[in-house]
Amino acid sequence: MPGASKFERLACASNDWIQVMVEGQPVKVRPGDSAAAALLAAGQSAARTSAVSGDPRAPYCLMGICFECLLEIDGVPNVQGCMVQVADGMNIRRQQGAPVLNDSLAAGVPA
Amino acid sequence: MSAHDVDLAIIGAGPAGMAAAATAAQLGLKTVLLDEQKGPGGQIYRSITQPAPADENILGKDYYHGRSLALALKNTSLDYRPGTSVWALDQDLTLSLSGNGQSQRIRPRRLLIATGAQERPVPFPGWTLPGVMTCGAAQILLKSSALVPTQPLILAGSGPLLLLIAAQLHRAGVAIEAILDTTPPRHYLAALKYLPGALRNLPLLAKGAGLLAELRRAGIRRITGVSELRALAGPDGTLGQVRFRQGKKAQTLSATTLLVHQGVVPNVQLSRSLNLSHDWDQLQQCWRPHTDSWGESSLPGLFVAGDGAGIAGALAAEAFGKLAALQIARQLNVISAQQRDQQSQRARRTLNQQRAIRPFLDALYSPAREFLLPADETLVCRCEEVTAGELRRLARDGCPGPNQAKAFCRAGMGPCQGRMCGLTVSQLMADERQVPNSEIGYYQIRSPIKPLRLGELADSAH
Repeated sequence: MPGASKFERLACASNDWIQVMVEGQPVKVRPGDSAAAALLAAGQSAARTSAVSGDPRAPYCLMGICFECLLEIDGVPNVQGCMVQVADGMNIRRQQGAPVLNDSLAAGVPA
Repeated sequence: MSAHDVDLAIIGAGPAGMAAAATAAQLGLKTVLLDEQKGPGGQIYRSITQPAPADENILGKDYYHGRSLALALKNTSLDYRPGTSVWALDQDLTLSLSGNGQSQRIRPRRLLIATGAQERPVPFPGWTLPGVMTCGAAQILLKSSALVPTQPLILAGSGPLLLLIAAQLHRAGVAIEAILDTTPPRHYLAALKYLPGALRNLPLLAKGAGLLAELRRAGIRRITGVSELRALAGPDGTLGQVRFRQGKKAQTLSATTLLVHQGVVPNVQLSRSLNLSHDWDQLQQCWRPHTDSWGESSLPGLFVAGDGAGIAGALAAEAFGKLAALQIARQLNVISAQQRDQQSQRARRTLNQQRAIRPFLDALYSPAREFLLPADETLVCRCEEVTAGELRRLARDGCPGPNQAKAFCRAGMGPCQGRMCGLTVSQLMADERQVPNSEIGYYQIRSPIKPLRLGELADSAH
């Protein structure tokens, strides 16, 4: 659920801002942010739902260990959001359960 | 591929990897430094080339020490490749890399794994709720993004990082509702016998005492002897409350964010994937790859340095990385044994001094039993949602170890590949079967160590 972010931004060393889309909404973020940090800054408390129970999960370690921040970034599912730095215009969506292997993805795999 | 591509490949650009890379490149070794992150620093010096907060007092001078290490990388002929992950290692030290959506293989003469530590997984009821994250995660948000949690904020756990992040958040103007210290009171007595060793590192002891004094002066409520930690969901399904016990008194506090910490443990994914020899560290309650005093592992030519070889902190990692690079230079006949010994004196002294305080810290901050052997209802494998109770039942039914348990209940088979449950599963099964951890063993880790797309895998086969 989008809402007031549970995180707030302190005064930053530089004044660079870029815009990304989080769940279809434009959000101003910093170039040093990871996609997972952008998600939290945008007020999304959960990054994905569990592929087993459907329970909401959120970034937990932010250092590539826990795989809880799996996101769909620019249309690519199952990406570790904490390991990807934001880029202007990046499209960030939450991962809903297990991703479905669609035809366009399967087409890239040699027989 | 028979020829070697480089003299030395280093995985990880934290303090050990950066120090090793600078040393090796200065000695003329053809060196490649591979790192998953977009900038150097590892986790301790994360974002050190572009720290986000304007106020440098928040993170403190120990953090900005990392600048000198990152600067040394620029002054050399080093091939530094950020944004590159290593997804497989072969016995002949060939690495399979993935970066910018492309896969590549490199064969070095020597390999140094400097992948550092991860926070110890802290299973307790409710730890999967959104709103619960590690103290390390909060520190990364602070360093890279200048993002801090809003109120009400609770910190819970044990260890130096818990106090450090509390102090840093306080300096940033963040109100902390309470620090729940789960250090069992008897640990203070147990740690006393290691105090003489700790006195060899007075600066670090003074830093710890300084942090405690800073938190006290700030009037932050620190509740000690906390047990039965539990996170409860609020109406929106995310963290709402934190429940715990202090002595006989059960308490419940409202919380938006709960930051947890129970120390750090070596990241053994790569060393395990090669079946290197690992030792069980009883005091640190974790596995570490077996190395000699220069960091060479059970596989000749493969070195492990820094916290990945046993937790000793950033300054120790920096020294250890330098030692490993010097020994590698000697093995490749770039320097003599005498030159190696001369150039390693200071680093060796630093390493010994930093290690001297560890038994004291490890005894004091060893996790309470409830986090090592959680209650039956607690989810242990977050990915596949396997509880402690299910793992105990499998052990009772005759399942001999973690790899067999994996086949029965899928613990360790999710996306994190056992990083978050490996230690707990081994300890639970060892406890239930009443055998030592060294006997119960650990997950067999297989490549790809990091996820990669099928297209990349197909490319690498060409």
